[in-house]
Amino acid sequence: MTGLRVVDCGTGTTVQDRGRFGLRRFGVSTSGTMDLESAALANALAGNPPETACVEFQMAGGRFVVEDGQATIALSGPDCMLRVGGNSVPDGCSARGEPGDVIEVGPVRSGVFAYLAVGGGFDLPRMMGSLSVHRRSGIGGRALARGDLLPFKAPERGKLSRIEPAAAFAGPIRFVPGPQHDHFEAAALEVLAGNPFFVRPDSDRMAYRLDGPRLLHKAEPNIVSDGVLAGSIQVPGDGIPTVLLRDCQTTGGYPKIATVVSADLGRLAQVAPGGIVRLSSVTLEEAVEAARDSAERLRARIAAVRPVRSEPTTESLLGTNLVDGVTDGR
Amino acid sequence: MTPAYPRVVPCGDSAMSVEFGDKVDADVNQRVIALDHAVREAALPGVVECVPTYRSLLVHVDPLAVGHAKLSLALARLARDAHAGTTRRRRWRVPVVYGGDYGVDLEELAALHGLSPGEVVELHAGSVYRVYMIGFMPGFTYLGGLDSRLATPRRTTPRKSIPGGSVSIGGAQSAIGSIPSPSGWQLIGRTPVRCFHPGRDPVFLFEAGDEITFERVRAARWKRLAARSEAGDVVAVCETG
Repeated sequence: MTGLRVVDCGTGTTVQDRGRFGLRRFGVSTSGTMDLESAALANALAGNPPETACVEFQMAGGRFVVEDGQATIALSGPDCMLRVGGNSVPDGCSARGEPGDVIEVGPVRSGVFAYLAVGGGFDLPRMMGSLSVHRRSGIGGRALARGDLLPFKAPERGKLSRIEPAAAFAGPIRFVPGPQHDHFEAAALEVLAGNPFFVRPDSDRMAYRLDGPRLLHKAEPNIVSDGVLAGSIQVPGDGIPTVLLRDCQTTGGYPKIATVVSADLGRLAQVAPGGIVRLSSVTLEEAVEAARDSAERLRARIAAVRPVRSEPTTESLLGTNLVDGVTDGR
Repeated sequence: MTPAYPRVVPCGDSAMSVEFGDKVDADVNQRVIALDHAVREAALPGVVECVPTYRSLLVHVDPLAVGHAKLSLALARLARDAHAGTTRRRRWRVPVVYGGDYGVDLEELAALHGLSPGEVVELHAGSVYRVYMIGFMPGFTYLGGLDSRLATPRRTTPRKSIPGGSVSIGGAQSAIGSIPSPSGWQLIGRTPVRCFHPGRDPVFLFEAGDEITFERVRAARWKRLAARSEAGDVVAVCETG
């Protein structure tokens, strides 16, 4: 079997693709990559379609060994180190992993999530249409741990690629008021948009809770449960705005003052605990525009990935010569 | 001020909620289910999936593939025509063992209401329930139709984990649990039926709009049924009404 064998990794290391859709009516969370732009970029560098399953690292990094076969390996995420076979791989470059090579992913230093993609993806069984792991329900499996094998689907040498770094998109995290902003004091939306908030340490793939001024309900902080989605800002009785994210439940009983626009979910996910979040209110039309801009920016970014002529390492030269020798001898 | 229902409320750029009311009510829920069917049949462009809940239908959309204003109008039109009682109903008979190790809160709950455990079981097994919503956990089934004499607040300290298949009471609702999960609901029984079984076809048994009745069984039968259930048998009996 060829693949990546886990030597060690953080407890929040999981396999994620775009997510599991069509089953929210049965209470199944979509899960999926927290920062889909970073995952798409790692995939592009590895020569994959953008939604191919990756290994998602949460703060902590990890180490793997390439077992047999070869793979094009790429990492994307905020300020995160990749070493393959002892060599540092420059940011925005893919590398080739040879049998026995140790793949080392450093901790995520200025964000939360990083993505490791391999060319051709992983040969893992889909569960209900997706490889994404939802740890709370066990759907899709569990977090990765020492000894696990991630088999390669296409264990051959692919082309190496690179991309120039680009300035990160900046600006506040945008939200559209509603669906239940009328359950709050009139000033609550201004409080949300007018103050800095900080990501609390009890935040995870399910939701980010934000410290800052509390949001006041007009009356009962409960509603008859209705549907929620990644981006819903629900506010429980404690007044703490809680932004639901990819692993969120499908329904909830707290009023939702606003909904973070889909284009900003990845940026929000990359704010580490203690990090500052500024929010701003936009209209639905502006939210749709933001979704278009974000998709266009990602398309352009993927289009800017360029093949590189690979500089052969000693090991790969040796491998090539051996193969040539066998061929010549026949 | 009560808003005029039904109404379509945007939830950011990726969903719209069609609300029929703000209460737990069988008619409201039936209209939600009727709209769910109508949206499926209409195959509206840009709709990703729908989630029926107690009082509203959440329509998940692809913001790049949908015309929000157009979809909002189409949903409002379908919602006006979504009437209770227009959809096919299924009725399930669900075996359950009440009390003892299977329902550790039965005695306390009975005492709280000045009833005997047997009376609680009579009342609980004597009602026809309606599946209002699936949520919280995969397959977790929220039921309306609990006899008001059994309405019981949730426990002050939720349990860290309750067994799969727990039949419970939380406020004015009852529920059938699916997989082990934390819960503050009162546990009165347990069914061998699996609402969710990843290795079975169908993976999920119940849908919003289904009806449920409970059938008391003894522990010995429960164990036989649980083994069959584990192996992928549905175990619950379905009658289409």
